[in-house]
Amino acid sequence: MSLKEKLVSSFMAFENTIDVDSPVHDIRTEAIKTFETEGFPTKRQEAWKYTSLNSVLKHDYSVFPKHENALEFKDVKKYFIHDIDSYKIIFIDGKYSSHLSQTTHDGIDVCLMSAALTKPKYQLIIENYFNKIASKDSLASLNTAFSSEGAYIHIPKNKLVDKPIQIIHFSTGNEAALMLQPRNLVVVDENSHVQIIERHQSLTDNPVLTNSVTEIFTNKRAIVDYYKIQNDNENASLIDNTYVNQKQESLAKVHTFSFGGKLIRNNLNFYQNGERIDSTMKGITIIGNKQHVDHNTLVHHIEPNCESHQDYKGIFDDGATGVFNGKVVVEKEAQKTNAFQANNNILISDKASINTKPQLEIFADDVKCSHGCTIGQLDESAMFYLRSRGIPEKEARALLMFAFSNNVLDSVKIPEIKNRITKIIANKLGVDIGFDL
Amino acid sequence: MLKINNLHASVEDKGILRGINLEVKAGEVHAIMGPNGSGKSTLASVIAGKEEYEVTEGNILLDNEDIEELAAEERAHKGVFLSFQYPVEIPGVSVTNFMKTAINETRKAKGLEDMPANEMLKLIREKSELLEIDRKFLSRSLNEGFSGGEKKRNEIFQMAMLEPKLAILDETDSGLDIDALRIVANGVNKLKSKDNAVIVITHYQRLLDYIVPDFVHVLHNGKIVKSGGKELAHELEAKGYDWIKEEVNA
Repeated sequence: MSLKEKLVSSFMAFENTIDVDSPVHDIRTEAIKTFETEGFPTKRQEAWKYTSLNSVLKHDYSVFPKHENALEFKDVKKYFIHDIDSYKIIFIDGKYSSHLSQTTHDGIDVCLMSAALTKPKYQLIIENYFNKIASKDSLASLNTAFSSEGAYIHIPKNKLVDKPIQIIHFSTGNEAALMLQPRNLVVVDENSHVQIIERHQSLTDNPVLTNSVTEIFTNKRAIVDYYKIQNDNENASLIDNTYVNQKQESLAKVHTFSFGGKLIRNNLNFYQNGERIDSTMKGITIIGNKQHVDHNTLVHHIEPNCESHQDYKGIFDDGATGVFNGKVVVEKEAQKTNAFQANNNILISDKASINTKPQLEIFADDVKCSHGCTIGQLDESAMFYLRSRGIPEKEARALLMFAFSNNVLDSVKIPEIKNRITKIIANKLGVDIGFDL
Repeated sequence: MLKINNLHASVEDKGILRGINLEVKAGEVHAIMGPNGSGKSTLASVIAGKEEYEVTEGNILLDNEDIEELAAEERAHKGVFLSFQYPVEIPGVSVTNFMKTAINETRKAKGLEDMPANEMLKLIREKSELLEIDRKFLSRSLNEGFSGGEKKRNEIFQMAMLEPKLAILDETDSGLDIDALRIVANGVNKLKSKDNAVIVITHYQRLLDYIVPDFVHVLHNGKIVKSGGKELAHELEAKGYDWIKEEVNA
């Protein structure tokens, strides 16, 4: 049985575990039909031309883990940003871990999707926001069909959330192969500000495939700062579908740090529904071996006087492959749009490759849009310069890579995250660096 | 300190150095002059360990040790310093962080602990004053957007920080106005001691008014064709290089 058949047939079993009378259920039923018709995307589709899912779809994934699994904090502490106080929404093999989590209902809701989908007090928010911006393509639909658990974050107006929220999905390896479909909803009301960190972490070498959907709504003048740390082990794959719907004068930033995993596909979509909106997406990708990272971004400029900033840096070693496909659409009404896009890449090895493709569709006539992509090698004359000052080859290389990524690191506003990312990069490059950037 | 014997070097199979012999003792200043394309910068790069150049014959001894097989950083750890003719711009790395890394990596290679932060700050302050370098300058990205003079001053600042045994100044005077030239030369002179040595590579005699050489060598076609005292530099300034070429060809 193919994974697709397995998923479609297990939908009935899934229906036995949920309330089929809820309005969400109609959405799920519709979604499974879409997935059944479309199936998994293939390289024949333009948006998937450079990313094949074949190698990750071949495993016999458990769709519903049989066991409830527990983890001790001390064993997984290193995957947390643990040097700052934070709210935590933690899942183990797709199941909520109250033991590792720290949720709240004190003025804000930082809790579980399963609660939000079933309890009457969340009904209005679910009706207004759930599945309202997630696309209706096959993978997002697959997630919608099975959506039952994930993070639910609702920040009412005029709240400055006092500490970041960490969402971490652990997989224990107790299943031979595991497929996860987390579903997150983030609603930030007027004038509120929240910082979120998301991470997926497999604890063994058993294959894991995560197909996640996150819907983020930033209402008027709201600020959302979202950090995705993708440093999973090399049998874990992630398809991240994130949708950000912005209202006027809101500010949304998504940083994506991709260092690990077998295959990562980031579908990151911004929709600007209001004036004077600022959307920022930045990323650092550093991969090697046979790893593959695909950034597929969209900014949809719908109204006038808005900005978008994209800055993605990639460093590819060994036989690693990368894709950057950045689409910017500027509607006719969206005059005075400022849209910037940059994608810079360094190929360390002859076997590494990157396919980068900016796509600009501009229908307005008074706009400033720029895009630029570069692909190069490490500058040999810079290497000699550093080495002639006593900096060994490996460290010199690392220093140049840090320098290359510095623009992106610099815009990380939580110092502990910046430190962590710096350490992950240093670790990845095999250096113990004394320099602080 | 430095002994170069019959050094031949080539890049992409093209011979550039064709039998250099040079001995530099501690406490000495040597000037290497010569027309464009004579191999001056190649000699500097070969001593510093640039990998593009292949040594095909002869050897380079530093304190009686053959350094040909050593990587650029290992030569730096042994006290070789090259002030670049064209310092490389490295956006995203500040001058301070670069210096910290260079010093601590050198210490690491010698089995020493990192230099304590306060000591490092003191050293940076002291050496930047010597080169009349502004504080703000130190937090800028290395060489990025620096003027020609700032780049060269920054090179000598690095030299002051690293205190090399053998400093090679490759066309340090090019792109310098007279004030910057004086500052740079003053810096070099203050760093000079009986235990270290300086090789000044230059096209013109101008810098040698400030950094006075004990020996002057003329490089032509990859060979040292004439050596003398500091008066040779004046002669070259007055007469140009053609008479040397003629002498060689005769």
